[in-house]
Amino acid sequence: MSSVNVALDRENRGLNLEQEKVAIHVHNWNLYYGEKQALKNVNMSLPEKRVTAFIGPSGCGKSTLLRCFNRMNDLVDGVRLEGRISLHGNDIMEKSLNVSVLRRKVGMVFQKPNPFPKSIYENVAYGLRLQGENSRSVLDDKVEWALKGAGIWNEVKDRLHDNAMGLSGGQQQRVVIARAIAIEPEVLLLDEPTSALDPISTLSIEELIFDLKEKFTILIVTHNMQQAARVSDYTAFMYMGELIEYTDTDTLFTNPSQKQTEDYITGRFG
Amino acid sequence: MLNKWMKEGNHWVWFNAMALTLSLLAVTSLIGLLVFKGMQHFWPKDVAVYSVQDGKGGQVKLIGEQHRTGERLEGDAQAGVSHIPQMLVKVGGREIFGADFKWVDEPAVLATDYPKDMMVIERYEWGNLYGRLVSLTDSDGKKITGDAAQDSFQSLIAQHGSLYEKLVDIQKSKIGSINHSVEGLRLERRRLELKNALTDVDIARLAEERKVLDQKYALLLADMEKLKLLSESLGVAEVEVMGGKVVQLPINKVVAATLPNEMGAFEKVGEFFHKIWEFLSTDPREANTEGGIFPAIFGTVTLVFIMTFVVMPFGVVAAVYLREYAKDGFVVRMVRVSVNNLAGVPSIVYGVFGLGFFVYIVGHGIDQAFYQEALPSPTFGTSGLLWAALTLALLTLPVVIVSTEEGLSRVPRAIREGSLALGATKIETLWRTVLPMASPAIMTGLILAIARAAGEVAPLMLVGVVKLAPSLPIDGNTPYIHLDQKIMHLGFHIHDVGFQSPNIEAAQPLVYATAFLLVLIVISLNISAIAIRNRLRERFKSIDN
Repeated sequence: MSSVNVALDRENRGLNLEQEKVAIHVHNWNLYYGEKQALKNVNMSLPEKRVTAFIGPSGCGKSTLLRCFNRMNDLVDGVRLEGRISLHGNDIMEKSLNVSVLRRKVGMVFQKPNPFPKSIYENVAYGLRLQGENSRSVLDDKVEWALKGAGIWNEVKDRLHDNAMGLSGGQQQRVVIARAIAIEPEVLLLDEPTSALDPISTLSIEELIFDLKEKFTILIVTHNMQQAARVSDYTAFMYMGELIEYTDTDTLFTNPSQKQTEDYITGRFG
Repeated sequence: MLNKWMKEGNHWVWFNAMALTLSLLAVTSLIGLLVFKGMQHFWPKDVAVYSVQDGKGGQVKLIGEQHRTGERLEGDAQAGVSHIPQMLVKVGGREIFGADFKWVDEPAVLATDYPKDMMVIERYEWGNLYGRLVSLTDSDGKKITGDAAQDSFQSLIAQHGSLYEKLVDIQKSKIGSINHSVEGLRLERRRLELKNALTDVDIARLAEERKVLDQKYALLLADMEKLKLLSESLGVAEVEVMGGKVVQLPINKVVAATLPNEMGAFEKVGEFFHKIWEFLSTDPREANTEGGIFPAIFGTVTLVFIMTFVVMPFGVVAAVYLREYAKDGFVVRMVRVSVNNLAGVPSIVYGVFGLGFFVYIVGHGIDQAFYQEALPSPTFGTSGLLWAALTLALLTLPVVIVSTEEGLSRVPRAIREGSLALGATKIETLWRTVLPMASPAIMTGLILAIARAAGEVAPLMLVGVVKLAPSLPIDGNTPYIHLDQKIMHLGFHIHDVGFQSPNIEAAQPLVYATAFLLVLIVISLNISAIAIRNRLRERFKSIDN
């Protein structure tokens, strides 16, 4: 489906944030890097099986917020967190929570394609093997399912055992997406997934996002406002660590309620 | 003109080219010298008969091969000094002539002949003998002369060769294994005694087993005696040596006899490679100045392998902890500095540490705890293969740690995050992704470690390497790898043959040959490690792009 159709399709649906089922709830969320506060009292509800885009200038905290949802910030030294984030009602910051289990539910795709230096097959099977799945037939089925889901099966089915590093950037990113969806997460976090790709690969990833939202709740951070407008149902605009405006994408881009949002989307700063 | 030339940086290019040329020249001339000097030893030289003025108006005949040339000075400072060229002739037969070598003034040589029937006879004792085969008395007492003598001489030598092999087999492996078992019984008895658990049943059982072994031993001894008698009665050759003297030479004293003057170029090349093979595959004789160096090659390679198995896991685990787990702070920085400094500690210091710590403290402790029955003779409480390997492992540990850390730091953060985001724990990420990606760097560390360890001599002299080890550290007796045994080592062999040998002139070419071999072994160990690394690099090449 072309991106024009994607945009049309969404317009006709008349989305309303109030009526959506909530996947992730963020409540009074603060994040500090040492003394510096990177996220300031963020409150939002992220709808299930929808695409929510986070936009904003560099350093506004949108990636930081995204990385809170699968607790990637745990790896950073000197981070302090306050508030509550829940996934389907369960607090994800709870001390007793197994981070590995959370990350199986909340998959993530990064800015630069980061396939492991293994075969395409082993890349996609990685998460499954981690869960102790060793049956050849199960792995074969799931790898095929994931690669089909990521829309790359036809391109790689004859060279599943070639090194994934030999693929093009766009193909690599789709293998990485296949890797993420192979373990069937509930939420998929996309951290600027197309910023390192050429326009054609970008288009194919955008189409893929549209297909994936039937099964997954998708949160995407992007620098590219057109992309946010094309792929997302809801858009959050962040600035200086604060959530400025958060509503359905059409409203945000055509009729923003905040001055800062308008300035940003019309290109007056950012 | 010159200014422009300099501005383009040409002088730097030239400077670099010169430095490179010098380095290449140094390496090639090093290898070249070793090869040239070492390989000379194996080339079958012609045996000459020199007619030399004896200084009293008469003539003497010298039989031997030219070893090298030199010169001596004659006269004094006032009258002027003249340089007289000399050559060193290897005349052999040091039990007859007092020394293997004789200096001859070249001007005094009146004639040089190369008679076709001159033989080089390599013997098990007393070195070479040069001379002519006069006759041969075979086992029946029949005297053979003429051309037939040479043929039967050669066939008798071959016969003795196979007898000798059997003898050595019985002596070394069969009797050796019985001795091993007998010692085992003695230790078992002592162990039971120490535990106060020695019962009459045990004594009877041990005595029974001992009896079986004694019977086997007696059988072998009888076999051996038979073989010895057989080899002693093979025959006697009469050889005319320098000065016209005829020497009685029993066949069982002869390793090989060749007629180099009769050989064509192809035969010489064949003999050359045959001698090299002998050098590589046989045990040393005559205080290491003759025979081969196989035990030293075996010891060196075994030592390096055991060291590798010790240093790899320790180095990698230490590096993983330092890089992945330890919180960066003062202590970690100090540890890192210390590790780097360890690489600069002189190796003899490691030797002293190995002796003091491993041998005297750890080894002594092990003996007290596990080898009580063998005391007072030490098992691990003396220098040996294990302690040498551990000392070398300690010596090379910094290299492995530093390069492993380097490799770990080069694994991109994105790859680690990718793995963690799929629900992998830190240790799973390490095992499945990070360590495989760092493996080329780990191999680099290993290459450096091997290069350093294989060439090390000084610490080994203190912790386990000896001039002559009676048996190899790996053999057919349980536990097959004898970590407590002392070993021979090429590096120490070079030192020993070159500088501790009573027969300097004979040993000199061996020093070069052994040195070349050591270089060759280090290079081939390195090449195999590099080949493995390149294959790993190919697999994990994402690091580089």
